[in-house]
Amino acid sequence: MLLFILVPLISVLTQSFYVTQPKVEVQEVETCSPGILTQTCVTESKQIPVLDEKGEVINETTFVGMANYWNVLEIDLMKEAIAESNWADILKIDFWSALRFTLMFTFITLPLVIVVGLLVALTVNSLIAKLRGGIIFISLLPFIITPIIGALSIKWLFAGDGILTVFLEWYLERDISIFSTAWTIEVLMLFYRVWHVAPFAFVIFYAGLQTVNKDSLESAIIDGANHWQRLIYVIVPHLMPLIIFVSLIHLMDAYRVFDEVVAFSSQAYVISLQWLTYDFLIPNDGGYRSISRASSSAMLTMVGIVIILIPLLRRTWNDYVGGKS
Amino acid sequence: MITTDNLRNSPLLKFLTVGFAIFWCLLASFPIAWITIMSFKLPVDAFSVNPLEVIFGYRTLESEKGFSLLDIALAVAVLYFLFRFLQKRKSLPNDKGKLSFWLTRGVVLPVIFLGLFFYLSFFTNAIGAKIGFLGKPILGFTLENYESVWVGREFYRNFINSLIVTTGVVSVSLGVGVLAGYALARVKSKVAFVLLIIALIFRSLPHSVLVTGYLPFFINSREILSPFLGEAAPTLYGQPLAIIFVLVAINQPFTIWMLKSFFENIPTELDESAKVDGCSSFKAFYHVIIPVMWPGVITTGLFSFLLAYNDYLVTSLLLDAQNQTMVPAIVSYFNRETTSTDQVEAVAAAVSIIAPLFILVLVFQKQIVSGLTQGAVKG
Repeated sequence: MLLFILVPLISVLTQSFYVTQPKVEVQEVETCSPGILTQTCVTESKQIPVLDEKGEVINETTFVGMANYWNVLEIDLMKEAIAESNWADILKIDFWSALRFTLMFTFITLPLVIVVGLLVALTVNSLIAKLRGGIIFISLLPFIITPIIGALSIKWLFAGDGILTVFLEWYLERDISIFSTAWTIEVLMLFYRVWHVAPFAFVIFYAGLQTVNKDSLESAIIDGANHWQRLIYVIVPHLMPLIIFVSLIHLMDAYRVFDEVVAFSSQAYVISLQWLTYDFLIPNDGGYRSISRASSSAMLTMVGIVIILIPLLRRTWNDYVGGKS
Repeated sequence: MITTDNLRNSPLLKFLTVGFAIFWCLLASFPIAWITIMSFKLPVDAFSVNPLEVIFGYRTLESEKGFSLLDIALAVAVLYFLFRFLQKRKSLPNDKGKLSFWLTRGVVLPVIFLGLFFYLSFFTNAIGAKIGFLGKPILGFTLENYESVWVGREFYRNFINSLIVTTGVVSVSLGVGVLAGYALARVKSKVAFVLLIIALIFRSLPHSVLVTGYLPFFINSREILSPFLGEAAPTLYGQPLAIIFVLVAINQPFTIWMLKSFFENIPTELDESAKVDGCSSFKAFYHVIIPVMWPGVITTGLFSFLLAYNDYLVTSLLLDAQNQTMVPAIVSYFNRETTSTDQVEAVAAAVSIIAPLFILVLVFQKQIVSGLTQGAVKG
C-alpha cells in the first residue's frame, strides 16, 4: 500500500529536478522568395528535433536543479515586480494568482461552512422528529452528488440567460453577466462550496447535538441563560471536538479546490493550485506534457498543505500523547 | 430534545426555525431539481427566460407528449410510497447482511415502482380523454435528450467504463481493507495511531500530486515493464483497469482506518470463544466475524464507491478519449457546447450521472450518516 503512494511521491520529487524534452539541434535555414530584381533571402535558425533510426523523436533528460521551480514561480517576473514594488503584477503570475485564490477560498469557506452547518443542525434538531428524516435526505443530496455536476447545476442557473441571472437583472434593473468578471465567479464558487460541504458539517453537528448533556442545559436554563447564551456556553463547547474535525477535513478538501475551476470554465479568470498542476499535465497543442513543471508545482502545492496542517496535526499528536499519560 | 421545550414558549423563534428549515431545503434541492426538470424538455423550453415555460414546457407539450394532473398525482403517490417504504421498512438485524436484501432495496424496488408508474400512466392516458380537465396533458415531457445522449452519443460506453472502475475500486479496496483492518483492530500497538496519521496525511494530499507521479509511468509502462513481462507488457495509459489501482491507492489508508474502527466495535470475546471451540484464526474470522461485519463493510464500500464514481481529476488525466468514464465525458460535452441542443444534452447526461447517486442516498441514508459520524467520533 505504501508502495503505491510513496513511489509516485519520490518520483515526483526527482522529476521536479529534471527536464525531459525532445533533443533538438539548431539548424540555419535559408528561405528565399523570388523578387523582381534580386531574391529576398531570410536566414533563420530553427530548432529541429533529432530523430533516431526508426524516425522517432529522441528524448533526453537533463538535471536542471531548481530551474523548474523558478520556472513555475516565474522568479524573474517576480523580482521585477518586487523591485518596482508593484504587488499587483505578482498576482498576474499564474502560480501566485492560483495561490491567492486557493488560500482565500479555503479560509473564507471554512467559517461559512461551520456556521451554516451549525445553523441547519440546530434547526433540524428543534423540529419534530417526523420531519427530520426527509430533511436529512434532502440535505445529503448536495454533498453526495458528483462535485462537477453540482457545480454545473449551479452554473446552468446563471449561465447566459439562466433564470437566476434574469431574476437578478430584473431585481437590480441592470445587465448582469456572471461569467465575465473574476469576482462574480469567485462568489459563485464560494457559494457552491458552502452548498456542497455544509450538509457534511450539518450531519456531524447533528449527531453531536444528540449527545449534549441535558443536565448542563437544564442548569443553564435555571441560571437564566437565554438561547444565545446556552448556545455559546453549553452547546458550542460540547461540539468543539467536532468543529475541529470538520475544520480539518474542510481545510484539506478546500485546499484541493479543482472541480469548480473545470465546471465553471473559469481558467481565464480564476485558477487554483491543483488546476495549475492539471494544466501542466494535459498535453499542449504540440502533444507535449510538461511533466517536470507539473512535478515542481505539485511539490509546491504539497508544501502548502503541510504548512496549513502542521498546527492541527501537532494538536492531534499532543492530544494523543497527553491522553496516554 | 431539551431545546424543543423552550421553543414552544417562543412563537417567533419557532417561526424562524421552520422558515429556515424550508429555506434550507429549497436551497439544497433547487439546483438539482431544476436541471432534472430541464433535462425532460425541448431546448426551446429548457433555456427559456420564463421559469413557468421551463416547468410546464408549452412547446414540448405541443410537439411531444405530456403528463396530466392525474399522472402527476400518480407520480407523487408512487414516489411517496417508495420513500416511505425505503425509510420505514423494519428489518431483522441479521437480514441486513444479506446481499439479496440490499439488492432488493437498491435496484429491484425502484425499478418495480417505476414500472408500476409507467404502467398506470399508460392506463390513465387511455381513460384521460373521458374525464376531461384532470386527464388533459399540461406538463410537457420528452425523453428525446436522453435518447440522443445514450443512443446517439453512445453514453453507455462511458457508463460501462464507470461501472468497471467503480466495481474494481470497491472490491479491491474492501478486500484489502477488511483483512488489514481486522488485523490492526486485533493487534494492540502504536501502529494504529501511525495509521491514523498516515490516513490523514494521504487524505490531505492533493490528488494531482499522485497523478503527476503515475502519469509518466503509465505512458511509458510498456518500456518500463518489458524486462519483466516481455512482450505482454501493457501500456497502462488509457486502461480503465489500471485506473483502479490509482484510485485504490488514494483511498486505501482511509478505508483501512474506517474498517479498523468498525472491527474494534466487534467484541474480542466473539473470536476468542470461537477459538476455544476449536477454530483456527482463519476459521474464526470466516465463521464468526464475516457474518457480523456487513454494516461496516457496506458503509465503507459506499465511500469508496463515491470516490471512484465522482472522480474527475484522475480519470480525465489517465484515460484517453475512447475509454472515458462518465464524469470526464460530460466535461468534454460542455466544453464544445455551442447550440442549445448540445447544452440540453449535457444537462440530460448530468442528470443521468446523478440519478444512481439519488437512489443510493434513498436506500443507504442511514449507512451514509453513520459512516460520516463514525469518522468524526473516532477521529
